[in-house]
Amino acid sequence: MSRGAPSRGGSLAAERRQAYLLVAPAVAVLAAVALYPIGAALWLSLHRHIVVFHERSFLGFANYRFLLADARFWSALGHTAYFTVVAVSAELALGLPLALILHEARRGRGLLRALVLIPWAIPTVVAAKLWAWLLNPSYGLINRLLGGADINWLGHPVLALHTAIVVDAWKTTPFVAILLLAGLQGIPEDIYRAARVDGASSFRIFRSITLPLLRPALALALLFRTLDALRVFDAIYVLTEGGPANTTETLSLYAYKTLMRAGDFGYGATLSVVTFLCVALAAAALVRGLGRGWEEAR
Amino acid sequence: MRSRGRGLGYAVAVVALLTFFLGPFVWQVLTSLWPDDQLGRALPRSLTVGAYASVLGGRPFVRWIANSLAVAAATTALCLLIGTAAGFALAKLEFRGRRLLLGAALAISMFPPIATVSPLYLALRAVGLRDQLAGLVPPYATFALPMTLWILSSFFRQLPDELYQAARVDGCTPLLAFRKVLLPLAAPGLFTTAILVFIFSWNEFLYALTFLSSPEKRTVPVALSLLAGEHKEPWPEIAAASVVATLPLVALTILFQRRIVSGLTAGAVKG
Repeated sequence: MSRGAPSRGGSLAAERRQAYLLVAPAVAVLAAVALYPIGAALWLSLHRHIVVFHERSFLGFANYRFLLADARFWSALGHTAYFTVVAVSAELALGLPLALILHEARRGRGLLRALVLIPWAIPTVVAAKLWAWLLNPSYGLINRLLGGADINWLGHPVLALHTAIVVDAWKTTPFVAILLLAGLQGIPEDIYRAARVDGASSFRIFRSITLPLLRPALALALLFRTLDALRVFDAIYVLTEGGPANTTETLSLYAYKTLMRAGDFGYGATLSVVTFLCVALAAAALVRGLGRGWEEAR
Repeated sequence: MRSRGRGLGYAVAVVALLTFFLGPFVWQVLTSLWPDDQLGRALPRSLTVGAYASVLGGRPFVRWIANSLAVAAATTALCLLIGTAAGFALAKLEFRGRRLLLGAALAISMFPPIATVSPLYLALRAVGLRDQLAGLVPPYATFALPMTLWILSSFFRQLPDELYQAARVDGCTPLLAFRKVLLPLAAPGLFTTAILVFIFSWNEFLYALTFLSSPEKRTVPVALSLLAGEHKEPWPEIAAASVVATLPLVALTILFQRRIVSGLTAGAVKG
C-alpha cells in the first residue's frame, strides 16, 4: 500500500512522527484501562488481599492451587461452557433465517431491520427484567399461555440456566442476523441468476451457493458471539444472581461475588484471570479452526 | 417468480420472528400501563399511567437518567476526541505498529470486563474516583475506544487517498490535510460511531454496579436491577422504568438503523 506522497526525503519520517503523535493518546488510554489492569490482576492473583482488613501478603501460586480443587469453580466453568455452546448455537440457528427474511424483504426492509434491532439496542438489564416478568410463576404471560401452569422457571435448577439462554438469544440474535445480512448482501446477484438458469432448486441454491459464500460472515458471528457469551454476567445477575443453589453461576458471576461480596481480591483476581484465559484460549482456538476451514473452502 | 405457497410461508415466518423479537417488549409496554390491583387478570380492564407517575415522581429516577446521559455523553466525547486522530492515522498514514494497534484494539474489545474490574476498582479508589460518575468514563473506554478505532479507521479508509494527497501536494501538513479535507467528509462516520458508543455506554452494567455505591449516583441499568429489591416486586413500575430507559434507544435505533448497521459491520466485513 502506498500512502501519502512524500515529495522530499524527510517527509516520510515526518509523516511517521505525526502518525505516532496522533495515535499516542489512544495507545495511552488503552494501556491504562486494559493492559495495566490485566497485568495488575495477574499480580493480585498471587496475593492474599482482603480489602476491608487492608490485608495483603504474597502467596505465590496458592490461589491457583486452591482453584484447581475448588468444586464451585469447576461447576461455574461447566455452566459457562454449556451456556455458551447452547446460546451461540441457538443464535446462529435463529439468526440465519432472520437474515434471509430481512434479505428477501422487498418493501419495508429498513423498518423491518430497525424493529428487529430493538432487542439488540435495549440494555441487557431491561431484557432480563422483561423476561423475568414474562416468566413470573403466578402472573407471567408464559405460564398463562401454557394453560395456567405453575412452573417456577427461575427457581428450577435445570430450567433457570435455559431461561438465561433464551434471554441471551433474544437479545443478541439480531446482531448475528445483521452480520449475516451484510454477508448475504455481498453475494453477487449474477451467481443466483446463473444457478436459476441452470435449473437449480431453491434448496440446492441455498446449500451450494448461499451457505458456502456466507462462511466468512458465519465464522465472524460465531467468533464474536462465543467470546461475548463466555463473559456473560448482566442477564444472569438480574435473573437469578447465580441461583438456585449456584446452578446458574458462571465464571464472571463467581468472580464478581468473590470480589465484591466476599471482598476477597486475591482469589477474586485469580478467578478473573482464569476467565480471561478461557476467553483467550477460545479466541485462539476459534481463529485457528475457522482459519483452517477458510483455507479448505478455497 | 415467487409462488403463492412460498409467499404464505414467508409471511408466517415474518410474523413468528417479529412476535418473538418484539412481543416481549410490547408486553412490557402493556404491563407498564396495567393497574396494580388487576395483575391477577389475563388482561387489564383499564389502563393507567400511575406507574409512570410513581417512577418519575416518587424516586430519583430522573437523576438516574441524567447520570446515564452524562456518563454516556462523556465517554462518547472522549472516544471521539482521541479516536478520530488515531483512526485517521491508522487509515491514511504509514507507520510501524499499525496492524499491531488494530489487532490489540480488537483483542481488548474481547476482554471480559470481570478480568479488569479488581485492579480498576483499586486504582479508582486510590485516585478518589470510586463512587464518582467521572470514574466510569476511563473503564468505559476499554470497550468504547476499540470500537471507535475500528469504525473510524474503516471509515477513513473509504475516503479516496487522492483527496488527502492533493492537499499534501498543495503544501498541507498531514494534520492540516486531515483537519481541512478529511474531517468534514468524515462527519457521517463520526456520527455513526457516536451513536454506537452512546448505546453501549448507556447499557453498561458490570462496571457501574461495581464502582458506584451511592444510590443517587446509580446509572439506569443499575437502578433498574435494584428496583425490585426495594419494594415487593412492583412489576408495573419496573416495566414503566424499563420503557422510559429504553425509549431513547428505540428512537435512536429506528431513526438511525442504517448507520447502526453500517457501524456494526464496519470492521467486521474485512474479517
